[in-house]
Amino acid sequence: MTAAGLRRLMTRAYLVVFFGYLFLPLGIMAAATFNASRFPTVTPWRGFTLDWFRVLAEDLRMWQALGTSLLVGAAVVAVAVPLGIAAALLLDRLHGRARTLLYAVMVSPLLTPGIIIGISTLVFWKQWFGVTGGLFLTVVAQSSFIATYAMLMALARLQRFDTSLEEAALDLGASHWQAFRRITLPYLMPAAYSSALIAFLQSFENYNTTLFVRGVETTLTIYIATKVRTGLTPAVNALSLVLIALTVLGAVAYEIMRRREARAAEHRAP
Amino acid sequence: MRAVLEPALRRYGAPLTVTLLVMSAAWVLLMIALPQLLMVDYSLRPMLPPSKLGGPEDVHTLRNYGTLWSNAIHLGIFLKTVWGSALVTAVTLALSYPMAFYLAQVAPKRKLPTLVLMLVVPFWINEILRTFAWYIILAYNGPLNALLVGLGVWAEPVRLLGGDGGVIAGMVYVYVLFMVLPIYNAIETLDRHQIEAAHDLGAGWIAIHRRIVVPHAKPGIAVGCIMTFMLAAGSYAVPALLGGPQSRWFTEIIYNWFFEGGNWNQGAAYAFILLVLCVGFILLMMRLFRVGLTDIAR
Repeated sequence: MTAAGLRRLMTRAYLVVFFGYLFLPLGIMAAATFNASRFPTVTPWRGFTLDWFRVLAEDLRMWQALGTSLLVGAAVVAVAVPLGIAAALLLDRLHGRARTLLYAVMVSPLLTPGIIIGISTLVFWKQWFGVTGGLFLTVVAQSSFIATYAMLMALARLQRFDTSLEEAALDLGASHWQAFRRITLPYLMPAAYSSALIAFLQSFENYNTTLFVRGVETTLTIYIATKVRTGLTPAVNALSLVLIALTVLGAVAYEIMRRREARAAEHRAP
Repeated sequence: MRAVLEPALRRYGAPLTVTLLVMSAAWVLLMIALPQLLMVDYSLRPMLPPSKLGGPEDVHTLRNYGTLWSNAIHLGIFLKTVWGSALVTAVTLALSYPMAFYLAQVAPKRKLPTLVLMLVVPFWINEILRTFAWYIILAYNGPLNALLVGLGVWAEPVRLLGGDGGVIAGMVYVYVLFMVLPIYNAIETLDRHQIEAAHDLGAGWIAIHRRIVVPHAKPGIAVGCIMTFMLAAGSYAVPALLGGPQSRWFTEIIYNWFFEGGNWNQGAAYAFILLVLCVGFILLMMRLFRVGLTDIAR
């Protein structure tokens, strides 16, 4: 075998191992859903069953937790996306040191461990406003870092914005508000949709931050973690399988959307 | 102030500029800066019953920080969290670099979108679920034990859950993509001709990576290491699910101060120590890879 052939073979082996490493654990978790064993496992195999989906569907607390997650996710989208877009619009019109400082503070939540975001939110609201953990603080704490994603996505789009459009509108007699509503805002909508999707998923899957500010509320992610530690049955696998299937669909849809958008941007570029 | 806002005022007009300012201020002050500052202030005060708040005993003190040094168990867990997170970062880097290089420079253009999608999709899946997958793999009667016993590596199943090894293996799995993607993005901008030129001039693969690819990938490596270390040191989910009483992580100690010990001031101090650790690691990486904040926070 030639050296080049050997290198190709090794590359192929590495790819197989790496992607196997990524997907095999998820596959095993999914497979355990269908094992008629009281504890989720694939070894030993005790026969095929779909019963754990029925057990899952009859689990009232799971449905409650799902409801809480959907509610929190919707609220986070409503709070974080507008905040992030407003911040991006402001940053886009700032220069020099003010911009650098503001940008650093706005990006800092992404470099802060999630539990610290939860703790600082909890302490702050308790001390200043007497508010304790619950749905409200969960939304506030999650939004504080999810708004950063919205800000970054809006800012990236604004940087490709042809500002002469706005200037032309203003020159032709449009009011500031008209120019904003008819030109800037429509231009930002794709970024708004993408960040809404990201914000919802980030909120839905959040654990570390939520754990500290949830009070007695239970989101679906918290519920899963509790179940794993106390009272684990393959119903948790069934739930995981459903969530993974939905996530994969969402991720693929998002990627297709993003790529179409990127191709469109390429065509528009001179 | 007016000069700073001049471009915004010209573009958006006064009412809209004020709206944007108020919204940004609400986010930056109420949701980011003030909570952090208050947490630090809180950590510097002793825990007091409500009747004594504001009284002569309610003064700033470093006592809550001293607890970490006087409590040998907590200090041990803190140090383990530091080296454990560093280990997770190092292993993740070793696993990720070849993949990032392959995607950015070797993979055929036609296959690239699919490969990237295959990497990104698991990245979207809930951290708890990815951790749970390892819970099943590592279980006493789980597939890994079955495989190793079947191969004759072990005579009988071994406890894989509840120890530091399981926690670290789980973290590598859960955070590996935070390393691959930044390095991939960095190497992608490297002109392939540079590699070809070095190759034509007789450089071996090691020299090419050491002298061309790695220097170019530095900002990506720095970002990947920072993210991975921060996520590992701040992880609560992975040690809670895969660890046990013998393998507690520093985040679990913090959680206990809040919800079992009931001493929030003490918990806030520990949380701030964790934050300082992460900021320290960021500064170390910036120094080590000679990259600036603008390279990192893009």
